[in-house]
Amino acid sequence: MPVLLPAAERLLRSAMRERASGARALQLTPAHGAALLVAFVLGCGIAQAQARSYDPSILATIWKWTPLLARGFAFNLAISFIAMAIGTVAGFFLGFAQISLFPAVKRGAWFTMHFFRNAPWLVLLFYCMFLLPFQVTVFGVTIPIPDWTKATLGLALPVMANVSEIVRGAIQSIPTTQWEAAASLAFNRRQTQWMIIFPQCIKRMLPPWMNLYAILTMSTVLASIVGVNEMMTLTQRALSAENRPGLLLAFYSYVLLWFFVYCYPIARWTVRLEARYAVRQ
Amino acid sequence: MPEATAEPIVVVDDVHQSFGEVEVLKGVSFTVAKGGVVCIIGPSGSGKSTLLRCINGLVPIQRGSIRVANFDVHMLGSDKEKIALRKEVSMVFQQYNLFPHKTALQNVMMAPMHVLKENPGEVRERAIALLTKVGLAAKQDAYPGELSGGQQQRVAIARSLAMRPEVMLFDEVTAALDPETVKEVLNTIRGLAQEGMTCILVTHEMRFAREIADEVHFTDGGRIVESGPPAELFDRPQMDRTRAFLSQVL
Repeated sequence: MPVLLPAAERLLRSAMRERASGARALQLTPAHGAALLVAFVLGCGIAQAQARSYDPSILATIWKWTPLLARGFAFNLAISFIAMAIGTVAGFFLGFAQISLFPAVKRGAWFTMHFFRNAPWLVLLFYCMFLLPFQVTVFGVTIPIPDWTKATLGLALPVMANVSEIVRGAIQSIPTTQWEAAASLAFNRRQTQWMIIFPQCIKRMLPPWMNLYAILTMSTVLASIVGVNEMMTLTQRALSAENRPGLLLAFYSYVLLWFFVYCYPIARWTVRLEARYAVRQ
Repeated sequence: MPEATAEPIVVVDDVHQSFGEVEVLKGVSFTVAKGGVVCIIGPSGSGKSTLLRCINGLVPIQRGSIRVANFDVHMLGSDKEKIALRKEVSMVFQQYNLFPHKTALQNVMMAPMHVLKENPGEVRERAIALLTKVGLAAKQDAYPGELSGGQQQRVAIARSLAMRPEVMLFDEVTAALDPETVKEVLNTIRGLAQEGMTCILVTHEMRFAREIADEVHFTDGGRIVESGPPAELFDRPQMDRTRAFLSQVL
């Protein structure tokens, strides 16, 4: 039906963009923020209505727990930074391996990418939590591996796979004529990749990479399931300490607001960068 | 005729090349003398560009032989050997293919610095001299995106010359330019030819070919149909196919 055409075109465009960037696009709008705010206010109202006469006000309760939750949030950010750093470095090499001229390397990288990109993040997290030992002994020295390290590693794996797709996609989006020009100036393949192709890729990789970071940040709360002391875990603790079922909606929408406030600017900035680079190329 | 006396620097003998099922070159032979200028003309899809790419080893050939300077191009296996060849044979492309993230000067300096490992100071001087030669000294800090097509193509020529090649290949270098800027690029090439650079040009600029070439080859369907000095080929073509083509383009 013709009325569906604009929508179909829009879908096609976003699908093509996502395929080119190697990651699904995060589309946060102010409406999401507004909805969260409404949920928060509503939650506060419910909590207030259910409060017993001697309970402190809901806002005072939230304020009381905020320093602890903020510490949890800082932990979420720390996990996201470290997982992103590890995933980016590993994904970078995996991306180059995907375009290797050696068939074995290429196939191995392709398989690794698909395995870690298509496995659910939670499954990878559980793998890391339960397959890695809680301590290792190297030359008689026992090194403990805390849970949050394993969780970070578990999150770094899907990041690696997604970054490798971003790198591969960007490299393959550079016209082959650039490779030809470099070859006829007697550059070898390694020089061509490092000096000519990769520097041109950075601009194209930045928006999907930032997008991936925002997704990762939101996924760090998965670590609460395996018992890491991040914001979500601490929220659960706070709720059980308060022992007031009415606080549930208010507290969880409060947590969501924190994440929204952090991720929304990243998402907006990504969209702006995408638009700017799209015009130039 | 220079090629009658000078030793040949490029010898192409019975070259066959195919992409999968499609045979692009069906036995092409010609020679170029040192310092000679050879133009290859012919309709689109006749294998002209492929022929140039075979000469600098970008495209492998299935049968026949190509000898350039001291290299047997058809025998080159490793990347190292191909790189040694490409230090002597430089190519300029239809779409310029400058590196967009580098300035004009950096584009010219890159290959001598990183491939030939020459002294950066000397390379810089030579690069500025080359940009002056192609009339773009004032644009040395401009990025390719800030230059017109003709200017980009002249930077590309300077970039190739910076490698001090023995042979220059020009692949329809004016085809993407508007008529006014064609002249500035052709003047640059004319200057090179007069200085004794060995040039092989694939071109649609018939007047230019006639003026500059020592020998012109007309190709069609993967074969050289007719060869000769420009005066003879353009004024007294022997073959019907050549006459038909020339009557279309002249």
